[in-house]
Amino acid sequence: MKGDHHLILRVVSKSLIPVIFLFALYVQFHGELGPGGGFQAGIVVAVTVILYALVFGAPAAMRAIPPVLTRGIAAVGLLLYAGVGVYALMQGGAYLEYQALFQEPPGGHKGQHVGIILIELGVLFAVSGSMTTIFYAFAGRVAEIRDEDW
Amino acid sequence: MQSIMDGDIGLALVNIVLLAILFIVAVAIARLRSLFAIIMLSGVYSLISAAWYVSVDAADVAFTEAAVGAGMSTVVALGAMLLTSRTAKPDKAFARLGPLLVCAVTGAMLIYATIDLPAFGDPNSPANSGVGLTYVQINWFDTAIPNVVTSVLGSYRGFDTLGETAVVFVAGIAVALLLGFGERSLAESIRKEIKTPPARPGVAKGKGEGA
Repeated sequence: MKGDHHLILRVVSKSLIPVIFLFALYVQFHGELGPGGGFQAGIVVAVTVILYALVFGAPAAMRAIPPVLTRGIAAVGLLLYAGVGVYALMQGGAYLEYQALFQEPPGGHKGQHVGIILIELGVLFAVSGSMTTIFYAFAGRVAEIRDEDW
Repeated sequence: MQSIMDGDIGLALVNIVLLAILFIVAVAIARLRSLFAIIMLSGVYSLISAAWYVSVDAADVAFTEAAVGAGMSTVVALGAMLLTSRTAKPDKAFARLGPLLVCAVTGAMLIYATIDLPAFGDPNSPANSGVGLTYVQINWFDTAIPNVVTSVLGSYRGFDTLGETAVVFVAGIAVALLLGFGERSLAESIRKEIKTPPARPGVAKGKGEGA
């Protein structure tokens, strides 16, 4: 990161990272219609952080997205998923029975849609948080990738 | 052979080319000793597998393979490589015999098993005729979600997906507990910056002054 011979890499990835993140959101919210879903979107979100860390160094990425935040997000995601099931229980249905979320009769689809969007969000948070935590765990062991390693 | 005559020659060519590249990459991985090149080639292998999954209409699997296999696991393997040496020690010729035998026997058994496989896209195959067909038929009435993959993962098999999410979470926490949460390098770099102020002003001004 000292010399400026990664200039092109840095400029290109800086402009690509928002696009990749936007694509992750597309994959997330388009998962009901096309291929993709929370798992793939979570990985893509994690990849944006990893790309930033590879180009600008892990400490810079850790300052932007602190490790304590990533493991928190992972836990929140799993809680959100499990919480949808508990909420369905409280509404009088079975665990994760989306039909019960709004106490609809069979054939009603609002509960299915809302339930799946919520659990996909949970998957997104859990996967992106866990993957970033794993990457930070590895990246935290080596201070920097030296140029001769590339 | 019939499908090639029917005009699916383009798809057949794509399959042949992709699988040939996969084979070449696999041989290259087996013969290389530089761990960096091996990790990059395994990323290439995943990317080509993803392309092949697209050609057999498994878009969701291809997406996951491209994101996890080519993206995530390559980076994690790279991080693991940086903690160890850069080249693998060459094996003794005698030590290669055991793995060679295992691979040959497994490969022969797999090729023998392919004789019994149903044809690609066969509606009477076990995968298509059982519960899979039922999901495709009742999905729209039950959930009104166009992508059957999503409704099976999220609704019909919601418990499984919850379990998978928990596995990913536990894996992340386990790795972090074993290797540390990575804050050591952050603390180290901040310590370094206090000693030598950063070249660009304003990057970590608050951190340096605070300590």
